[in-house]
Amino acid sequence: MPSPGPAADRAPSRADDLAADPTPRVQMHSDAGPVLHLSGRLDIAGVATLRAGLRDVPTDAALRVDMGAVQALDTAGAWALAGLAARLDAAGHAVTWENAQPAHADILDRVIQSLPDDQESPPPAQSLTDRLETLGRASVAGLRFFAELLAMLGLFTDRLVRAILRPREFRLTALVHHCHEVGVKAVPIVVLMAFLIGVVLAFQGSSQLRQFGAEVFVVDLIAISILRELGILLTAIIVAGRTASAFTAAIGSMKMREEVDAMHTLGLDPAQVLFVPRILALLLMLPILGLIANVAGLFGGALMAWIELGLSPGMFRVRLVDGVGVNTVLVGLSKAPVFALIIGVVGCHAGMKVQSNAESLGRMTSAAVVTAIFSVIVANAAFSVFYAQIGV
Amino acid sequence: MAETQTDLAIRVRGLCNRFGTHSVHEGLDLDVRRGEIMGIVGGSGTGKSVLLRTIVGLQRPAEGQITVLGVDKSRASDDEARALERRWGVMFQDGALFSALTVRENVEVPLRSVPGLPADIRRDLADLKIAMAGLKPVARGKFPSELSGGMRKRAGLARALALDPDIVFLDEPTAGLDPIGAAEFDTLIRGLSRSLGLTVFLVTHDLDTLHATCDRVAVLAERKVLVTGTMAEMLDVDHPWVRDYFHGPRARAALADAQAHSTEKT
Repeated sequence: MPSPGPAADRAPSRADDLAADPTPRVQMHSDAGPVLHLSGRLDIAGVATLRAGLRDVPTDAALRVDMGAVQALDTAGAWALAGLAARLDAAGHAVTWENAQPAHADILDRVIQSLPDDQESPPPAQSLTDRLETLGRASVAGLRFFAELLAMLGLFTDRLVRAILRPREFRLTALVHHCHEVGVKAVPIVVLMAFLIGVVLAFQGSSQLRQFGAEVFVVDLIAISILRELGILLTAIIVAGRTASAFTAAIGSMKMREEVDAMHTLGLDPAQVLFVPRILALLLMLPILGLIANVAGLFGGALMAWIELGLSPGMFRVRLVDGVGVNTVLVGLSKAPVFALIIGVVGCHAGMKVQSNAESLGRMTSAAVVTAIFSVIVANAAFSVFYAQIGV
Repeated sequence: MAETQTDLAIRVRGLCNRFGTHSVHEGLDLDVRRGEIMGIVGGSGTGKSVLLRTIVGLQRPAEGQITVLGVDKSRASDDEARALERRWGVMFQDGALFSALTVRENVEVPLRSVPGLPADIRRDLADLKIAMAGLKPVARGKFPSELSGGMRKRAGLARALALDPDIVFLDEPTAGLDPIGAAEFDTLIRGLSRSLGLTVFLVTHDLDTLHATCDRVAVLAERKVLVTGTMAEMLDVDHPWVRDYFHGPRARAALADAQAHSTEKT
């Protein structure tokens, strides 16, 4: 334990000698037992020097430390001294602190008391089994995630059926609000996107087909690629970007502020109140948005074909009606409800996974967008294979 | 006032803070002596936190002079202001830890500004500060989101203490803590202040904290410091708000508690 020692009369002279020198100094004297003389400023600026000086102090006998000439001591300096005390203690010898100013003794006392004694072991190296375990856990987590999405889909279906059976419980106002948010507000960006895609397809297609003198087939190229694949796929990707994130953010922030828990205690069903209007709105709006995208894409293609190839709009229309069947449009639009379910379920599920901190809200929002877009593309590939197999 | 300039850690004169037409402080004067624990109390909206933020320079005052550790902040050069900032530590209400860093890395942030400090010493000093703030070693590697509110406050305190400041500013240190945790925090602040010679500027609502830790109390009301003095002196102040605050049922309970503690000790 540090305590101001009795030999305070010796201190001033040494302090005078060294008063001008702020560097921490460690000197050993061994007349009548080992005595360690400390001087200078024992603070954070000189702690590296101090520690180096203390490292050579022998720990084979009890030690007296003369702190009379110490000009300043902060917790960093005290930490170095406490380390010395701990080493001596481990060797079974005592330390006596002498001539310390009361303030210095207090700091030293405090630091010695709170010096963390444990030395953490470094993290063990990963063995092969650890890696296997990590892989296994990741696989199970992936499967569980998929199961949770299925559970969310089931929950939505259940509540939707219930709403159909008991229409009075259904929240029409919320549905209309979300239809406006998800559908109407997305029209401008969807139209612009589809128009530009039509323009680009017409331009690139005509420059390739012209080499074979088959310019007129550009109509088939535009119509089939937009109506069957691109119109609905790109619409779904845009909607996934703006709506899945909006769902996650809205539900997630309610989850974060315990509003979802409050709903439970008030007898409101979050699935009924939050999920059904959102996913249903998406289910209703995505086919309509897809149709709008188809029209805008064809318009862009027709315009470019007219400018680039001189293919008149009348000619374009005739070619379109002759060359492309209605089932091409239907194949494209048949994917819309599935994409809508994927986007809605992923968005709502991610929202419910938000914890009570802001980082998780941000993380889940971006995760929802990535998962939704990825799943939409995977589903589109599955549709392609499926329709190819049944020969549509 | 009998204090000379050098005895004062913080000296505020004629401070005015306005938000638009709404005035929070008008001609506020405050003295905080070196080494004391000064509690700032006041009703909601009396600008306790605004005062703290103004003194540490997060809020520019409309008028007034603020001298901290003998440095007039309005006249100090950038270098002086930076040197001054390293002589105080601030603990925000919820710790305000950097969420991307672990507790240890958070405490190491201020230590990185010390030139020539080896990384292993920096780590050990951070661990020491974490232990001094009363956190267990397992908390070192955790991220702020994995800690409870009380642990975040302690980690915030460890970071505020990292550079051995002369003054620590504590904003509602016991808000949101359970009574046991709050009492531990009071003891911790008192102990650290006494052993490290800290001046503590403490904004609080907690009457128990005032009784347990503060040397003096300043009451903010009517847009200025209405009265400063010890807790005992507060009981004699004849102002409606001060009387309600220090004589209310909660205040009496806290007082009885504090007296019971002091008789236990003797």
